[in-house]
Amino acid sequence: MTYRIHVPSDTTAKARGADRIARLIEIVAQEHNVDVEVRRNGTRGLYWIEPLVEVDTDAGRYGFGPVKEGDIESLFAAEFYKGNVDHPLAVGLVEEIPYLKRQERFTFSRLGITDPVSLEDYQANDGFKGLKNAIKLSSQEIVDAVKESGLRGRGGAAFPTGIKWQTVLDVESPKNQKYIVCNADEGDSGTFADRLVMECDPFMLIEGMTIAGLAVGATQGYIYCRSEYPLSIENLNSAIQSAYDNNLLGADIQGSGKHFDLEVRMGAGAYICGEETSLLESLEGKRGLVRAKPPLPAIVGLFGQPTVVNNVLSLAAVPFILDKGAKAYADMGIGRSRGTLPFQVAGNVKFGGLVELAFGPTLNELMFDFGGGTRSGRPLRAVQVGGPLGAYLHEGQWDTPLGYEEFSQKEAVLGHGGVVMFDDTVDMSEQARFSMEFCVAESCGKCTPCRIGSTRGVEVIDRIREGKNVEANMELLSDLCETMLDGSLCAMGGMTPFPVQSAMKHFTEDFVTNAAAATQAKEV
Amino acid sequence: MTTSKAVAWEPVTAQAIIDELKSKPGALLPILHAIQDRFSYIPDEAVSLIAQSLKLTRAEVHGVISFYHHFRTHQPGRHVVEVCRAEACQAQGSRALEAHAKASLGVDYHQTTDDRNITLEPVYCLGNCSCGPSIRVGDQIHADVDAARFDEIVEGLKTDRVEIM
Repeated sequence: MTYRIHVPSDTTAKARGADRIARLIEIVAQEHNVDVEVRRNGTRGLYWIEPLVEVDTDAGRYGFGPVKEGDIESLFAAEFYKGNVDHPLAVGLVEEIPYLKRQERFTFSRLGITDPVSLEDYQANDGFKGLKNAIKLSSQEIVDAVKESGLRGRGGAAFPTGIKWQTVLDVESPKNQKYIVCNADEGDSGTFADRLVMECDPFMLIEGMTIAGLAVGATQGYIYCRSEYPLSIENLNSAIQSAYDNNLLGADIQGSGKHFDLEVRMGAGAYICGEETSLLESLEGKRGLVRAKPPLPAIVGLFGQPTVVNNVLSLAAVPFILDKGAKAYADMGIGRSRGTLPFQVAGNVKFGGLVELAFGPTLNELMFDFGGGTRSGRPLRAVQVGGPLGAYLHEGQWDTPLGYEEFSQKEAVLGHGGVVMFDDTVDMSEQARFSMEFCVAESCGKCTPCRIGSTRGVEVIDRIREGKNVEANMELLSDLCETMLDGSLCAMGGMTPFPVQSAMKHFTEDFVTNAAAATQAKEV
Repeated sequence: MTTSKAVAWEPVTAQAIIDELKSKPGALLPILHAIQDRFSYIPDEAVSLIAQSLKLTRAEVHGVISFYHHFRTHQPGRHVVEVCRAEACQAQGSRALEAHAKASLGVDYHQTTDDRNITLEPVYCLGNCSCGPSIRVGDQIHADVDAARFDEIVEGLKTDRVEIM
């Protein structure tokens, strides 16, 4: 008989050697005269056991991981391809692994199960059911469903998606052309959920964008994907081609008379292009300078036309909502944070990966119950949530429930759901300096508080760390942060102070200790 | 990007690339990417061709090239090695890795080794944040890179190995 074996193919699995493992399994199978079919799935997002090799059995898929080249012989000796066998790398039935079983995978229901670029796999697992329903609805009915779901912008700003769509639906386009733009410029450190959508389930994004097009009357979509994600671009292009070939994109989608075209555009290594107006400038072929708002992109967007700009995860949530119903989505969550958020547990973490949960559990549950604490085994000290513009949280804040409002009350942001953990070797004055340094590198330069403020910020923090007029310079740094917060044109300059201020406030000792050490060194 | 697939500068090829893409809305970035992919960098001569074809000034084209970290105007080494500098990798020791990379290659960021083999670049996040520190060589991303692993990877770039793949 032929044994079917799945070897993951996302960036992280490949970075841990999955391609060679897949090839070696084929070679060694031949040597052992075992008939195997090696398929490439996405990833389950359980990164500490990647490469996780899975074997089909009647009971479900059995897993072995993390598989290294040297394990292949012993795996074959144990006849791993039969599934339920004794081997040190055996993890049992993959779907019974508590890390996975305890998740609420609404958006990522297919993650690691399907071959990312197989339309057949996608359709066999609820794919395009949402679009099928949407085709039968009026534009207003689609917008209403998204409103009712309570979905808010997953890029970080958490603006209600349905309201944005309503604006674009209601406004007249002077040139009779509206656009759907997907912000796939996932530049926040500690985040990779957008990448997982694009690499492991690209049809879901295509479906979500097509539904958005039907909802607002847009016939052209662009996915603006960062150049750091070559595999995302490859898989998206492959899936888009297959969607065109099967009449799921183009002039007359499934004979409905509806029209939607879609194209991937590559960014070029500018973090600021994750800001929606900068992204639009970049798509237009210009420097990614931030635009002043108003007018909103919903009214004057790409090439001056009404444009929906949504994050990958927002658009990826839409097929579920149109398939299973707005209520099924809205039933999950807490307060005004409805549905699920795919959290990404990263940095110094023992069990890192993707954890999709309904809003509501605490940060502690995410970092310890799922993450298992630090990989170094040292005490956890600081956690940055929401990317490089998010605050650092100290131990007293880790019981905060994961919800948009719950985090703002703590002067923190949930953002795109990235959680970066640091152990007690971290120097928080160095982290604060990096926040300013990052802003220097990535500011678009249009407004002064961001362009000049960040440079001055690095200098002031350097003086503090050198022990020069510490008290006065700490005050100056506070003032500078306020100026950047109040005076910047967009979130780049306006939020860079968040990590800096949180470091100053909750980890003051790191600034003072460095300063004292520097002074002492000078005196000696 | 590695430059192994890149070819030497040819104005005719460049013009053909430009002509193929210039009617796209917002064509400048796709053109710059295609030129850099083909020639490994964007030479001055290309700027003139692009400007003429898109009816832009050379200053406008130059302004766009200089805005984006990804575009380069000088020929890189045979391999471009990008080291992630972002927070998730910092939490796993990327600052030490950066220092090691610079010291062992004898170059700073944006510089190329004397033998023209490796250009070192910083990158802010490769999306491999649960398994850092991460580096990128060409389109291949490497996870859990400490100093020893870095040396191994660099050693592999010195000769053209026959890959099992």
